[in-house]
Amino acid sequence: MENIPVIKTERLTKIFPMGKGEFSALKGIDLKLGTGEFAGLIGPSGSGKTTLLNILGSLDSPSDGKALVLGQSIGKLTAKEAAKLRKEKIGFIFQSYNLLQVHTVYENVEFPLLLLNYSANERKKLVMGALEWVGLTDKIKQKPPQLSGGECQRVAIARAMVKTPSIVLADEPTANLDAVNSHNILQTMARMNEELKTTFLFATHDDKVIGYLKRKIYLKDGMIDKDVTN
Amino acid sequence: MKLAFKLAFKNLIGAGLRTWLNVIVLSFSFVIIIAAKGILVGWDRQAKNDMADWEIGGGQYWHRNYDPYDAFSLSDAHAPVPPEFKEEIANGNMVPVLITQGTIYPGGRMQPVLIKGIHPKQNLLKLPTQNLDTTVGAIPAIIGANMARANKLQTGDYLTIRWRDANGTFDAAEICITQIFTTNVPTVDLAQVWIPIENLQSMAMLPNEATVFTFRDGNLIRRGDTGEWKLMTFETLVSEVEEMIKTKSAGQAIFYSILLILALLAIFDTQVLSIFRRQKEIGTYVALGYTRGQVVGLFTIEGAMNAILAAVVGAIYGIPFLMWFAKKGISLGVSSAEYGFAIAETMYPVYSGSLIVGTTILVLMATTIVSYWPSRKIAKMNPTEALRGKIQ
Ligand SMILES: Nc1ncnc2c1ncn2[C@@H]1O[C@H](COP(=O)(O)OP(=O)(O)OP(=O)(O)O)[C@@H](O)[C@H]1O
Ligand SMILES: [Mg+2]
Repeated sequence: MENIPVIKTERLTKIFPMGKGEFSALKGIDLKLGTGEFAGLIGPSGSGKTTLLNILGSLDSPSDGKALVLGQSIGKLTAKEAAKLRKEKIGFIFQSYNLLQVHTVYENVEFPLLLLNYSANERKKLVMGALEWVGLTDKIKQKPPQLSGGECQRVAIARAMVKTPSIVLADEPTANLDAVNSHNILQTMARMNEELKTTFLFATHDDKVIGYLKRKIYLKDGMIDKDVTN
Repeated sequence: MKLAFKLAFKNLIGAGLRTWLNVIVLSFSFVIIIAAKGILVGWDRQAKNDMADWEIGGGQYWHRNYDPYDAFSLSDAHAPVPPEFKEEIANGNMVPVLITQGTIYPGGRMQPVLIKGIHPKQNLLKLPTQNLDTTVGAIPAIIGANMARANKLQTGDYLTIRWRDANGTFDAAEICITQIFTTNVPTVDLAQVWIPIENLQSMAMLPNEATVFTFRDGNLIRRGDTGEWKLMTFETLVSEVEEMIKTKSAGQAIFYSILLILALLAIFDTQVLSIFRRQKEIGTYVALGYTRGQVVGLFTIEGAMNAILAAVVGAIYGIPFLMWFAKKGISLGVSSAEYGFAIAETMYPVYSGSLIVGTTILVLMATTIVSYWPSRKIAKMNPTEALRGKIQ
């Protein structure tokens, strides 16, 4: 299972301009991730976790080296191709949920399916399925401002999962949650990984998250320090 | 595209009070532009209709020497009715008018006038010429209400009229006012006296001659100028009205442009603020699979939709208001006599389809532009920074 690379980077480098000079946030990352992995980037603040996740999510591009996601080279994609990749294959989960505030829970989860032109019937089935999974079927008409942080993050998970993406990229998904909620959403994601074989890549320094990871990739100063698989 | 509209609509409604404030201000512009332009359209129509009804029909032939602004030209501006007009005159599709200079003496004062001869049986113009077809102890004459007021004349008054015949000899006779008519067209009213054309022809010793022919419809235009007669099309004859309306339009445009600009400024401001405040949302759209260009489109549609909502809101209170306004009209407090143009005491606005469609397109385009302008900035945003909400 783990031998088909979903993500592959070669000497991936990211340089940001900083004042007069520049700053290397990623310094030659070589990484391979297979289908169905449940992995996390772990490291102190500023070690380049988010930067790497953004590039793999085709929200940013490498300065040098290669980043292949599902066989597509991120730096070489046009804006349209990159958008298509995100739309079809990648689910994002953010620290601050990033739900659409004026939309209901149902509509937030439905949104990715609208972008993919699913029919109304399919949408309904998939949205209700995803909401059932995260345990929010009783809140479909509520809007994000009326939900707790844990509930918001569960909506975000449902939104990321509803289209059954190949990869879910989760940047500090528990940072705004208490312990109970953190464990709750981590269990949900672990279960999805088990049942749907979706590849998960986290960025975190939360021990609760680290406890669930099957593979821990330690970053330090933009380089891979250790790569440990359970 | 359909999704973008749905999304834009939701976002706009979701923005609540701010949206409604923008929409209401914009809807004012809508309604006021339509009302103001409606007055001019109504005026234009009323003026042209009144001119057609009272004076110019579907167009005229003028004697080539005739100049309505030069009374002295009249002594040379007449000729016998050409044979090709005879049939149309006979079947009532053309009316000859002979015009000469004269003087009346109301209350002992001397008042120069134009004496206009017209056939009493004509029905092409609204002039009540049937009142010239009576027997009174003098030449029957009809005058306009403004002429009557200015000279303190009443129906049944007798007065002396003096004129010069074709040989330049002065002569005088008595006329009797048989009818005073009310019209919005000053050029058939002020300082003129209408009498039967046969009387005028014999008085002036110009048998069977005329100065102007008015015809019923534009079909005769095909004939063009003929002999001594110059064709004056309806369009030429109303061009002065058109010029005046154009001048008025320009004046109006300044007024409602200010209103529209204020409304657009509010929308522009909202857009600028949105793009700053909704960075995370913008980043989210990108993360979910939009290109930045599509997000620009989304925000543009959202802004432009203010115009659509404004049209709807404007219609809710605007349709009853505009209908009431069209029925009630507006009094401009000027009379046609003072104005020198065909202008009704009360003006009734007319809202044509093209006026409504044109205004909608104008407002929609202007709103789209001010919505697009700040939204372009999204295309230059870094989505990762937008997601963090860090752009200053
Ligand atoms: N757009 C940018 N311009 C300049 N420097 C940047 C930019 N984005 C990130 N950096 C720098 O790159 C380094 C890595 O940032 P990154 O956000 O990837 O860290 P992180 O590991 O996610 O940290 P944290 O745990 O605090 O989220 C940091 O030093 C950061 O200041
Ligand atoms: Mg980070």
